[in-house]
Formats: sequence, structure tokens, C-alpha cells
Amino acid sequence: MNSHTLWLICRRFGAGVVTLLIVSMVVFAITAVLPGDAAQQSLGQFATPEQVAALRLKLGLDQPGVLRYLHWLMNLLTGDMGQSVSNAMPVGELMAGRVPNTLMLAGATALVSVPLALILGIGSAMGRGGRIDSCLSFITLAMVAVPEFLVATLAVLIFAVNLGWLSALSYATDITSPLQFLRTYALPVMTLCCVIVAQMARMTRAAVIDQLDSPYVEMARLKGVSPIRIVLRHALPNAIGPIANAIALSLSYLLGGVVIVETIFNYPGIASLMVDAVTNRDMALVQACTMLFCAAYLALVLLADLCAILSNPRLRNQ
Amino acid sequence: MTDHKDTPELISGPDSLRVFEGLNRGMSRRNALQMLGLAGVAAAGAGSLFGSAGKLFAEEATAGGKGKPGGKIRVAGMSSSTADTLDPAKGALSTDYARHYMFYNGLTRFDKHLVPQLELAERIDNVDATLWTITLRKDVTFHNGKGLSAADVVFSLSRHKDPLTGSKVMPLMEQFAEIKATGPNEVQIRLSAPNAELPSILAVSHLLIVPEGTTDFNKGIGTGPFTVGEFKPGVRSVAVRNKNYWKPGLPYLDEIEFIAIADEPSRVNALLSGDVHMINEVNPRSTTRIAASPKHRVVDAPSGNYTDLIIRQDQLPGKSPEFTQAMKLLLDREQVKSAVFRGFAVVGNDHPIAPGSRYFNTDLPQTVYDPEKAKFLLKKAGMESITMPVMASPAATGSVDIAVLLQQSAKQAGLKLDVNRLPSDGYWSNHWMKHPLSFGNINPRPNADVMFSQFFQSKAPWNESGWQNDQFDQLLMLARGETDDAKRAKMYGDMQTLVHDHCGIGVPVFISNIDGVDQRIKGYDSNPLGGFMGYMFAEQVWLDA
Repeated sequence: MNSHTLWLICRRFGAGVVTLLIVSMVVFAITAVLPGDAAQQSLGQFATPEQVAALRLKLGLDQPGVLRYLHWLMNLLTGDMGQSVSNAMPVGELMAGRVPNTLMLAGATALVSVPLALILGIGSAMGRGGRIDSCLSFITLAMVAVPEFLVATLAVLIFAVNLGWLSALSYATDITSPLQFLRTYALPVMTLCCVIVAQMARMTRAAVIDQLDSPYVEMARLKGVSPIRIVLRHALPNAIGPIANAIALSLSYLLGGVVIVETIFNYPGIASLMVDAVTNRDMALVQACTMLFCAAYLALVLLADLCAILSNPRLRNQ
Repeated sequence: MTDHKDTPELISGPDSLRVFEGLNRGMSRRNALQMLGLAGVAAAGAGSLFGSAGKLFAEEATAGGKGKPGGKIRVAGMSSSTADTLDPAKGALSTDYARHYMFYNGLTRFDKHLVPQLELAERIDNVDATLWTITLRKDVTFHNGKGLSAADVVFSLSRHKDPLTGSKVMPLMEQFAEIKATGPNEVQIRLSAPNAELPSILAVSHLLIVPEGTTDFNKGIGTGPFTVGEFKPGVRSVAVRNKNYWKPGLPYLDEIEFIAIADEPSRVNALLSGDVHMINEVNPRSTTRIAASPKHRVVDAPSGNYTDLIIRQDQLPGKSPEFTQAMKLLLDREQVKSAVFRGFAVVGNDHPIAPGSRYFNTDLPQTVYDPEKAKFLLKKAGMESITMPVMASPAATGSVDIAVLLQQSAKQAGLKLDVNRLPSDGYWSNHWMKHPLSFGNINPRPNADVMFSQFFQSKAPWNESGWQNDQFDQLLMLARGETDDAKRAKMYGDMQTLVHDHCGIGVPVFISNIDGVDQRIKGYDSNPLGGFMGYMFAEQVWLDA
């Protein structure tokens, strides 16, 4: 690590903060043009105008949007994420209840999917054009083409309803033994793997093949180095950059985009919290969720870039 | 010297049951009314209309067989979000109502025929249906150990009148002119106008009783059969048996975990895989799957819930009575029942009172599908070849499918309808009642008076079709003050006729509630108010494992 890398991190960090600010403005503006506001959503179908007016006043919705946005921003700078308008709980508390669940699911999925994707990708690259490669290509492409709600529903029908091996629902709270953990997480993790393994495996394959075509690999091959050693020792370290980027993109999806899986398995994660927040026009909560997704995304991309830099001696020692 | 008299218009549960069954057997309205009249006299003679609490329990026990204590169950409702609340006033969805009945009690409680029975109230007396005196039970304590007193009742009822409470029943509470404690266990309510239906208003879930001065409702402190073990909005709640419950021997279950699975196929899968014991809002299409499982059963509960076609009477083309009549004739009710709801519905007759419920007018001729007559009427109104948009949304159950069927039948009458399928999000605040032709959905209401007052009175904010009918308004007021049940039934019958003939509402069917239940759950019944036994299953069911 040298001053150049540090400078890069600092610059990225600064850009990240600016991005977050812009995103928060855009999200605020978009939520403001949605039909209905928090008062109407909270009072429901049979609200009287009098009640709506009173609740608007209480929630401060009578103020202009720009003021409300600045107010929220000022509070955020002091570390106060605000209160959820739908149940008067602090946003921080609501998020704290869900973030560990999301991290748990994302972590478990990453632990399974990343090694699997690497093995599949490298395997296909090594047997390029052969039977294994076309077979793996076909399977991964088929998996990515099938929508996840279909995979999830079919998996529940087979493994939970018909065979009764696994649980149709996933709870983040009731886990006491490793076996229970497996029963609970097997189906959602499997479903998510179907979605993300394919992308990562395809990227790995492409990156490794790119390296396998280069002159230094040919040289190694001519010197009689074994194929496994060529890939693992020579080609893979040079392919880490694009692979890390593919992994980062997939993992950022796990942190905020898994609402379908959360819905089907009734898993209390952050994605369904965000959907609730939008439905209830719960501005503070929407903003907090968006900031979290955005920050996680930026962090992962930054991490991937760092991996690429650190794995490349030319960049590392610049 | 006292003017107090018992409430002769209220009939006790067994009497109502007899009448209800009689009506189902095809007893004429006149016979039913005679029966009711006799019941009223007998009850007045006996001095009290309501059986004592002990008697009530005995009836329930004999009706369902003795329950078995113990056991934990898991129940999945249909919707859950961070807006879940344990504040009875704010209850918006079936999930909320079911939770509220676990943790709180009302002054009265609906039985399975929607007749109010005494609950926290020991006695209810009235003078001219205007000045009501409620005597409370003395042996009741809240979960935090505090005894139930008149102040709690005054607080629980009065808070609905403050707009900031965000109460879902605020318009209903406007008639409560004065609510005051006249003793440690006595509450007096003065209504702004007579309303003989007060006991059934007091039974709605929003008016459940909370301790005086409650500000944090997430603790769920009430007098109900269960205490809050855990409550996480949008995730789950755990209800733990209240050992000090004032009804001896109840509840049976030790614990109820209540979650929600919004996705219907997932909900059914969770039931079939044994992960949950009970679900509500089963899609008619899924009933065969549940029925095929030997471990589960489908509970079909006819209800007062309806999805209606709204024809605004204050805008063209609804201003023309011929057009309105033609639209009603174009609703193919049998087809809606079989195609949209797979038979889990009861054909409606363009008024809001469901067949089989109290005061249903059996003499009113049924509107039948008649495109020829509709075509004639449209021609008469000079509207035979107009094009109209009709707004439908998944927010109003089944309305998109009903609209498509209507579009097909309208074509036969020469009318071209464009179905605008709108998203659920924001439908109620932005589209409902705001277009010449649209769909609404009305959940069951506790009684005919509430239904007519909220949705059909000329000045009601949710007068869906915007119709104005002085005769109807007068009848509504007269019926409220009328304490003779036979006369009231006649008035409600006439009001149904008026709505049927003149209002801009087409009610094709009343939609049944379908629950899916594990066979091991016993004591499970149906209630016209809604699924989950009218949301009141918690106290009554037991696990026979």
C-alpha cells in the first residue's frame, strides 16, 4: 500500500459522499411525486379530510419539500436518522432489527456461491469448447434465465410441501442448532445462488480465458507446467480484477435486491423493509434504506478496485 | 322512579341463532319477526337480555366441546408491514384486528351471528336509545395488574374523537356527544341522536378497551386472553397466555406466534408443509390443494364483504337513471360468482345487506343479467354507442376480473368499456369514487345502520356513488331511534329497496372468506365479519395434537 493507493481511496470516498447526497435528493424528489402522502397512506381508505390535515400537521408534511429535505439532512449530520411515520419507532432501531438478517443471508449465500462460481468458471475455462464447458454454460445460462420466484416456489413445493425435508419459511430469530440453520437457510440460499452464480461463473470464465490466451501462459505451457498450476498460479492472479468486480456486483444485489426471496420465504430483511417504507410513504425510512444500499454498493465496488490494484504488481508499486 | 328499561331490540344469542337458522330454512320474514318479537318480550320479562357471563361460557363450551389446554400454534395472516400496530384505533388490516382481539377486550363482543354479547360490560341500559348506561365487570384486571375502571373506558372511547389519534372509526364516533364516568364501574354515554345499535358499535375492534393514558401501544397492555411476548412490526408477534384472564378456563393455547405471508401461494405452501397451523385469505383457486391434503381443511365463511361497481350519480352518464339501471343489468352475477370466485361467493342484489344477515330483505326481486333490456335502456338514454373508461384495481378484490367480464357483456349491449387497470398503491386516495365508473370494496360492517350511515347517507363522506335520497336519509334516522325490532326490520327492508332501485351501486356478489386450517386445530368456526373467526379465533381455538 502506498500513497497513490491511499489517495485513490480518499478520492473514492469523497466521490461516494457526493454520490450519496445526489441519490438522496433524487430519491426524495421521486418519492414526493408518488400519489398520496404518509398521512393518507396511514389513515387508509376511510380517512376524513380533517384527520388527514391533522396528521399532516403533526408529521410536518405541510412544509415545502425542500425544507423537509434540509431538515432531514441536518438531522442526519448529527447522527439522527429520524422517526418512522408509520409506527413512530426510530429508523435506526427498525434498521438494526433487519440489517443483521440481511447480512446473515447475504453472507451465507456468498459463502456458498463465490467458491461454487469460481470452480465452475475456472472449470469451464480449462475445458474451453469441450463437453464440460458447453454443459456448464448451458446450466448456468438456464439458471440465470429462470426467474427467481419460479425457482423459489418450485423449490418450496418439492422440498417443503412434498418431501417435507426443509422449512417453507425462514426465520432469522428461532435458530438454536446448526441443523436448524441448514433447514432454514437451505432454500433461500439455494434460490439466490441460482441467480448470482451464473453471472459470476461467466465472468470468471471470460477473465481466465483471456489470460490463458496470453503469451506468458503459452510460455509456461511450453515449459511443461501442469494445466492446474498454470491456471491457479499464473492466470488466476492476473484475472482477479474483473472477477472481483463481478463478485462485488453480485454481492451488492444480495444486500438490497432480494425482495422476492424475502417475500416468498417470509424473511425479515432490509429489502422488504424498504418496500414497506415506500408503500407507507415513510420518507425517513426510504432514505435510510437507500443510503444503506448505495453505501454498500460503493464500498463493494471500491473493495473490488482495491483488489484489482493490489493484485497487480505494476499498479501496486507505482 | 326510573325510566330505565332494558333493551328490547336486542335479542340474545340463542334466539338469534334460531331466527338465523329459520331464515336459512326459508322461514318468511314475517315469521322471523314474530319470533324476534316474542324473544324480546320474554327477555324483557326475564329482566336481563344478556345471559350472565357464566351462562355464555357454558353455551360456548357445549357448542364446541370442551377445549384442551396447552400448545403453541403459528398463524399466518395476509399482510404485514412496518405500519402494523397494536393501537386498536389505528387497526387497518385483518392482521391488526386479529392481534387486537388477542390482547384486548371490548365492552361487547360479536357472536357468530353478529349479535352483540356482553364482554367487559356487565349490563347495558338505555333511555330512549339515547342515554346509555354501561356497568362494567368488577373482576377484570389489565396485563399490568391495574383493575379495569370507568376511566379506562372513557379514555378508550373518547380518544377516537381527536383527529390526531388517527382513528379509523372517527366518523362513527361523532354521535357520541358525551362520554363520562358516573361511578367507579359505570359509564354514561349520551348520543347526539337515538341509536339502538350502540351495543354492536361497541363490539368493533377499534373500540377495544385500553388503560387510561396509554401512549405507547407497542406493549399491548389490555385485558385480553393473551399478553404480548414480542411485537415487531412487519415481522411477527408472539402472544403468551394470560394466566390471570378473567374468563375461567380460557384461553386454551399457551402461545400464538402470528406472522404474515403476503404472497398467497407461499402462504398456502407454508400451511401444507406444516410450518403454520392457520392461514386466511386463501385464493379460491388454491382451495383444491388444501382440500386434497388429509391434514388440512378449508373453512368457507360467507361474509358481508363486497366489491361493487360505482356509477357516480352526480356526473354523466350516471346521472341518467336508465344508464345506471343498464349497468346493473349488465353484471352477470352467476358468472362473476363462478368464474372470478370459483363459487366462493353469494350473489348480491345491488344493496349492501348480505343474504342471511339480520334485516336482509327477502321480498326484493333479484336483479338478473339481461343485456337485451340493458341495450333498450341505453338506447332510451341516447347512450347506445358511447365509450366509457372503467377504473379497476387489485386493491378492490376481484375488480379487474369483474371489469373484464362487464366489458364483455357491455359489448353485447353496444356499450364500449375501456378497463383501466390501476395499481393498488394510492388507489383509495386517488381513484376510488372519483371517476364516473369505478370499483370499490367494502369490508363487512357490524350492523345495517353503520353500513347505511357510512356509505349511503346523502352527506356521508364515503357515499360512493354520490346519490341523494331524502326518503332514505329520513328512514335511516327513524330506524336508529326505533326500538321496536319489527318496525326497524321493515325500515331496513325499505332502505334496501331504495338502494336497490335508485342508488348507483352494483353489488354483483358478496365474497366469502376462505381460511385454511390444520385438522388438529379444534373449536374453529366461521364468522361473517371476516376470516380467522371474525379475527377472534385466539380465545376460542385449541390444539388437539
